[in-house]
Amino acid sequence: MPMDSITERNDATARGRVAIALIGCNHRTAPVELRERVAFTPEQAVRAANELCQMGVIEEAVVVSTCNRSELYGVTSESGESAPSAMVSYFTDFHKLSPADLSGRLYRHAGPEAVRHLFRVASGVDSMLLGEAEILGQVRDAYNRALENGSTGPVLNRLFQGALEVGKRARAETEIGARPMSVALAGVKLAERVFGELKGHSALIVGAGAVAEQVVEHLRLRGIGELRVVNRSLARAQELARRMGGEASNWANFEDLLDQPDIIVTSVSGSEHVLTRAIVERAMAARSGRALFVIDLGVPRNVDPEAESLYNVYLFNIDHLGEIVVQNKKAREAELPRVEAIVDEHVTKFLAWQSSLEAAGLLDAFRARLDAERRSLLAAHFANLEGLSESERARFEKLTEDLIDRIVQLPSARVRQARKLRRQLEGLAALRELFGLDDAPNESNGDSDDEVQS
Amino acid sequence: MNFSMDFAALGLYVASFVGYTANLYRDRRWIGRVATLLLILALVAHYDALLERSRIIHAIPYDDLYGSMSLFAWLVGVTYLGLETYHRQRAVGSLVVPFIIFWMIVAISVAPSSVLRAPRANGALFALHITIGILAYAAFAISFLLSLIYLVQNRVLRHGKPGLAFWRFPALDVLERMSRSSVWVGLVALLIGTSLGFVWEHRLTGRFAIADPKVLVTLIVLAVYAAYLMIVRAPAWRGARAALVCVCNFGIVLFSYTIVNLYFTNFHRFF
Repeated sequence: MPMDSITERNDATARGRVAIALIGCNHRTAPVELRERVAFTPEQAVRAANELCQMGVIEEAVVVSTCNRSELYGVTSESGESAPSAMVSYFTDFHKLSPADLSGRLYRHAGPEAVRHLFRVASGVDSMLLGEAEILGQVRDAYNRALENGSTGPVLNRLFQGALEVGKRARAETEIGARPMSVALAGVKLAERVFGELKGHSALIVGAGAVAEQVVEHLRLRGIGELRVVNRSLARAQELARRMGGEASNWANFEDLLDQPDIIVTSVSGSEHVLTRAIVERAMAARSGRALFVIDLGVPRNVDPEAESLYNVYLFNIDHLGEIVVQNKKAREAELPRVEAIVDEHVTKFLAWQSSLEAAGLLDAFRARLDAERRSLLAAHFANLEGLSESERARFEKLTEDLIDRIVQLPSARVRQARKLRRQLEGLAALRELFGLDDAPNESNGDSDDEVQS
Repeated sequence: MNFSMDFAALGLYVASFVGYTANLYRDRRWIGRVATLLLILALVAHYDALLERSRIIHAIPYDDLYGSMSLFAWLVGVTYLGLETYHRQRAVGSLVVPFIIFWMIVAISVAPSSVLRAPRANGALFALHITIGILAYAAFAISFLLSLIYLVQNRVLRHGKPGLAFWRFPALDVLERMSRSSVWVGLVALLIGTSLGFVWEHRLTGRFAIADPKVLVTLIVLAVYAAYLMIVRAPAWRGARAALVCVCNFGIVLFSYTIVNLYFTNFHRFF
């Protein structure tokens, strides 16, 4: 990132008139086919943020891209639609799409709404799977990449750090992220309720299916020990075992394997029970009654429901797990008001900070304006008073500087200290207009000179 | 008799219970730590109350119902704290601490505070015999609570709708291990306590009072808990069956601690 851009960005922030703009699409506005086309790889996200900053309209940029959303966050000192429009054009061009492809698919937010949106995203309430944990890490990664690359500045730094705090608080203070929300994870979490840590335990996967593979993934993440795969086709079992990091076994030996594993996951097609009550009973005898946890993902069921009545056998079929997921979803939804309250709190905090930044910028501009007036006034007076010594001129300089300092000191201190006052000063544009702080300094200087001369 | 420290301890136990319950539902480490800290403070205050009582009667506080019950509650707290530290599990605190609170309230309510008898028999050996005996009861009480949680969790897992507490309590395997640790503490303590009792009595009278109902019931308690530790080694007995055995065993402990103490023995009145 060129140093000039960074300096310009800090100058703009110091002037205090910046707005946050957001454009993007997510699982609610765009189908997966479109989301695939507008996703950014980490390298592309870095490049896009850089290019946005070099366009001249955007001063800070972060690209957040996950499987369910692609969003551009920008900070601009331009008013109106120029920045969001530039971001939309860039987004369209980057992905080689036509405006028609994205028609009605993109959302745009500015100011407080953009802040709220990011905070909701980080807290997980805007996710497809309510309260999912991954999004917080993805937002963190997106921010860290932009930070390392130098495309962020004071505003986006504050915004994303706030978002990460919201995400952490939402998960720590509410139940939005608690309890499993997928059938696969629910099965594994229930197994943990029986065995505690799954390290050192073993699992047998009977058959293959997408959900069974997800279960294996969760088991692997929890450090499951031995993993064995059996399938009617040995070749398929070997292929699955290779992919899952386990060992394949013959279907013919299937019953002999049942005395070893602590967890059995079945996912076989067919109308017959693969595990009948008698088979499970024999297995329990062979394993001296050691607890056995069975996840039956087959439809029709692979395990005889009667096996559940056997001592130390824990059997869960797809309906049991689905029911738990539905209960957990309801429990997470009940937490939404508490998460929204955390989001509200942080949005207010961020907006107050932004107002203080703006107020400080306004006061700096006001001071600069007064200083310019002072200099021109003194220059005119010094020209008429030729008899003044250097020390007398210096005293005049010092006196007028002190006067300006005193004028600005009180409002500066009050704006910094009083949050309420900052909120009252939210409409600072009118004040800028009133004091002509956006006018070129020489316009007023000319007036002053005329006044002095007259 | 001044109960101010007992009430202070009771207040701290209640605060600790609130902390443990909040930790169960919020699952925030700092809340759990505060709950543990409050429990430690409660135990310190409770210890001070017991010490004060000892100073007045010039013996450890076992020779009246209140002293015995109060010491029991304190030892339940100490044993639980040890288990919490060893197994790194705080969720169970939300059920153990109310048990202590209940026991304290019963002690304060039913035991006459004015009865402070002079001790009938002194000596460190006797004091150890009693204290270690009550420690054993406290450990068995905790194993009873853990087994009860096991049975409820097991039932919810099989038939119920798992609520938040279900996901927060320790896994069945952990509950069983905690219960087993607690039974080991209780069994060893009871063995030592009983042996010390025999030695003390032999020194005093030159004989062993095997026929005393308290001694007989204590031997039964030793036998049933030893049996529990044996059967829990067999996988076919592990789980709900072992938990049920543990719950039933505590019934005998309660029988020994209440009915036998009050009605069947002459020299084991309140302990």
